[in-house]
Amino acid sequence: MTITKTQRDILGSSALRPDGISKVQGDFAFSSDLHAENMLWGATLRSPHPYARIVSIDVSGAWKIAGVECVITAEDVPGQLTYGLISEDQPVFARDVVRYMGEPVAAVAADHPETCRRALAAIQVVYEVLTPLTNPEHAIDASHEPIHPDGNIIRRQRIMHGDPTATAPIVVEGTYDIGMQDQAFLGTESALAIPDHDGAGVEVFVATQWLHEDRKQMAKCLGMPEEKVRLVLGGVGGAFGAREDISLQVHTALLAMRTSRPVKMQYGREESFFGHVHRHPAQIWMRHHANTDGRIVKIEARFVFDGGAYSSTSSAVLINGVTHTQGPYQCPNAVVDGYAVRTNNPPCGAMRGFGVVQACFAHEGQMDKLAAATGIDEVEIRLRNIIHTGDTMITGQVLESVAPLERCIRETAAMPLPAEMGSHPHELDLPGGSGRTADRRNIVRGIGWGVSMKNLMYSEGFDDYSTARCTLTNGSVELKFATSEVGQGFVTLAPQIARSVLGVDNVTYDTIDTQIGSAGSTSASRQTWMSGGAVDGACRMVRERLFEHVGAVHNIDPLRLAIDDTDIIDTVGTLRISVQEASANFSVSETYEYHHRKTEDLDENGQGNCHVAFAFVAHRAVVDVDVELGLVKVVQIATAQDVGRVLNPMSVTGQIEGGIAQGLGLAVMEEIIVTNGIVRNPSFTDYLLPTALDAPQVVISMIEVPDPQAPMGAKGVGEAPCISVTPAIVAAIRNATGKSIDRCPVRPQDICF
Amino acid sequence: MPIFIPSSLTEATQLLSKNPDAHLLTGGTDMMVEVNFNHRHPDTVIALRNIPEFQRWNIDTASGLVHIGSSVPYATMEHGDLAKALPALAEAARTVGSPQIRAAGSIGGNLGTCSPAGDSLPVLAALDAVVHLQSESSRRSVSFAEFMVGPKRNSRLPNEIITGVSIPITNGWQGYAKVGVRNAMVISVASVCLAIHDNKVRVALGSLGPTIIRCTESENWINSIGLANIDHSLAKEFADHVRAESRPIDDHRSTAEYRRHAVGVLAARLLLRGVQK
Ligand SMILES: Cc1cc2nc3c(=O)[nH]c(=O)nc-3n(C[C@H](O)[C@H](O)[C@H](O)COP(=O)(O)OP(=O)(O)OC[C@H]3O[C@@H](n4cnc5c(N)ncnc54)[C@H](O)[C@@H]3O)c2cc1C
Repeated sequence: MTITKTQRDILGSSALRPDGISKVQGDFAFSSDLHAENMLWGATLRSPHPYARIVSIDVSGAWKIAGVECVITAEDVPGQLTYGLISEDQPVFARDVVRYMGEPVAAVAADHPETCRRALAAIQVVYEVLTPLTNPEHAIDASHEPIHPDGNIIRRQRIMHGDPTATAPIVVEGTYDIGMQDQAFLGTESALAIPDHDGAGVEVFVATQWLHEDRKQMAKCLGMPEEKVRLVLGGVGGAFGAREDISLQVHTALLAMRTSRPVKMQYGREESFFGHVHRHPAQIWMRHHANTDGRIVKIEARFVFDGGAYSSTSSAVLINGVTHTQGPYQCPNAVVDGYAVRTNNPPCGAMRGFGVVQACFAHEGQMDKLAAATGIDEVEIRLRNIIHTGDTMITGQVLESVAPLERCIRETAAMPLPAEMGSHPHELDLPGGSGRTADRRNIVRGIGWGVSMKNLMYSEGFDDYSTARCTLTNGSVELKFATSEVGQGFVTLAPQIARSVLGVDNVTYDTIDTQIGSAGSTSASRQTWMSGGAVDGACRMVRERLFEHVGAVHNIDPLRLAIDDTDIIDTVGTLRISVQEASANFSVSETYEYHHRKTEDLDENGQGNCHVAFAFVAHRAVVDVDVELGLVKVVQIATAQDVGRVLNPMSVTGQIEGGIAQGLGLAVMEEIIVTNGIVRNPSFTDYLLPTALDAPQVVISMIEVPDPQAPMGAKGVGEAPCISVTPAIVAAIRNATGKSIDRCPVRPQDICF
Repeated sequence: MPIFIPSSLTEATQLLSKNPDAHLLTGGTDMMVEVNFNHRHPDTVIALRNIPEFQRWNIDTASGLVHIGSSVPYATMEHGDLAKALPALAEAARTVGSPQIRAAGSIGGNLGTCSPAGDSLPVLAALDAVVHLQSESSRRSVSFAEFMVGPKRNSRLPNEIITGVSIPITNGWQGYAKVGVRNAMVISVASVCLAIHDNKVRVALGSLGPTIIRCTESENWINSIGLANIDHSLAKEFADHVRAESRPIDDHRSTAEYRRHAVGVLAARLLLRGVQK
């Protein structure tokens, strides 16, 4: 890791977040804190049934309540009735049929949240309850009637690579189940919509991951031109994928347009569980064929992702899943079949790791089985199989990214293990924690491994880009971009880039809104690369203009000029002039659009250059398990992550520690429990997130091998931390207990029975 | 909405007589959650935190009783003399919620809510605690077993206020253990309090039935064997006796099967801790 010896907040320094202090002190305005004069509150009526026909909706009772200003249903949607990120199959409001528990049926605007609540209670919806489709296999075998005009299979993708008949002496197989995880951001969905005075447009402040995509979908449903819908980023309290789909955006804007008054909507915690998509639960079968030396010869796999009622990003999640079947290992032959299906379960879509989390849980389980079957140790079996730059993947795509996987694994393995547990450990260090369930003698320690490879940015031919503008005036820089800041730290990074490229110190950024071109989504580990690339590009263009200006003034070829700290210097002469001085009375503004290289669709055999780039990571987990009670304490996670280049060590550390906590959640506690389409635990009382007492010691090594394809050599670091940590923890539990556990989260009863 | 903040017990009971529909508020860690979820719509609130005797506790060695006022928060039970006198209560208190909840949540509120998962309740049951109730015109004391009559149901009359509890001091070991699927801040999936007094074992279970369960059969069985004879294999048998007295259910937090299993494990471990084996 490079620690730059400078006081300036340039690239490589641990610059502080510009919003850090206000967030810690509680001054930061999250979107839920927004307020406008004369504002109404909006609220949503949701289906209590996972699948039912709507016989009738009578809203007259709600209109009669004093303080109610507006009641809307599907009949009131002026534009397109459905929306969606990939296919537009999700209704703004259900009209004839509800397809999941919590689907919006109507919305109201009133003077107070309590009035809204009463108004919702006064709306009479008559449902004819239908038998829900909740088993994904029934969507595949067509034993249930289509629950949507688009059918029950959202997408199927096969991969046929190499010789499908290849065999090898060692064969291991397993079926892995991954539970439905929630992004569980702390700031629930919220938006404030303010109609224009002329009634022709609307401004919407919203916590989202992608302002322009929201605007596109909203404009269609509102029946308005896109330029009449202006979005401003509200303070975002976490996202993790759950703000990629729109939730209350259309409802809020529509209520505001109808009432000609500002309208605010905000979900409560319980409603939030119904208001956004979740991580796909999946069942994955894999069979690995290997030689006795442990080298993989062929992988067969079958994936079933339960997409829930609407497609959201299911088709892309499926592609990520199946194309990562091999994990970070060489695999000459593969036969893979994957489905993303529609059911009456909660809709699922983007969540940190996006399909790769599920694939990784399976392929890492397989690697351990392979280790056991060949008698080769867990680290060695992985090292023998690792993929290298230049290798061909099962999609036929050649891996072009820098791939320091061996270093990731070796450096992780070299990290010191935590001390053995003493004879009188502190109760809070034992599994069961404050519950004091365990005594020292009940505890067994285990160690497990997980290694992963994750694609960065969007895939399958998507023209992914980001836009940024840099304006230099009198030695100060203002940046403009539409990049959603969801906590990842782009608002810290962007000024660091400008300082490094331009040698300025005073850098500000303008409101994040749709008054500039799209930045794409804050997802897919892409913003440092994409929006970082755009800011870097815009700053470089400004630097060229500045050099031209200085060159003209001093009669020097601008090509000879360079930035040295905060000065401009003549690289072959003596001129040294501060940027401050050089840019006095000089102003220039440049806009840059960064596109990543083109990718292709997969063909019917799953072949094609569909991904842009990849990042790698290794995790080693140490757990203490109370085998008899099935309780787990994750003691330590050691990780070495391929980051390309560290642009802000503190930000990267934050991503790694946070991602590990999230992966730990999936390993041992986080699961939305759904029975017959009914969500059983939509609360933080029962959807358990790791607390500080559950968080392990994290030992980090950042592997820096700058990637020449990345704008600043830096790979995205957001998703990698949460992917292979889950299988590493589960492997450690297997190691401690000797049980074959093929599902996550691991529940106490999976261990003790 | 009128909120009364009486500064004496007399004033409080009078207020309650005059306002029979008033909601009693101590720390609010249960009540405000219900209000926020619209499960409760109080028109009148009587806040009890300013009543001095509700905040007091004392250890009366003469009578062998610890008195705890109903407003005493968990934070007070966790450490110090109260924790020394009642280690099981201290251990139970340390499992409750987060530091914020433990600073506000009270024993009176735990009794008022009377959830089978309430963490102080198995301790009160195992230690044969007595709950004190007072109305404008009368006062009475009932055993914990008489007090808790069902899930979230107790025998407090509408005009009565819980003033506190009296807990007999035991002359043997006592402890509490609770299983939840997280290392802190979690609702109990199964919990056990075990206490030894005059060489006799008492056991009470939380989250394993509609009320806190006192395991009298298991107690009789183990006490007939005698503490001195307890070893690991007897502890295992004891676990089965306790399991047989539990009445667990399946819900989204756990399964009946796991709860039954876990409660036996906890009971056996506490027993071994108690006899230091
Ligand atoms: C985040 C969180 C975590 C929690 N974790 C736990 C946990 O781990 N274990 C646990 O047991 N509980 C837990 N609870 C529940 C709660 O904290 C406890 O039940 C606590 O003891 C309630 O005390 P209180 O003073 O806050 O009660 P309040 O909310 O003030 O009152 C609770 C009920 O008792 C009634 N009441 C209050 N005082 C009296 C009185 N003197 N006489 C008669 N009735 C009265 C009220 O009317 C109300 O019905 C948790 C709650 C939260 C919000």
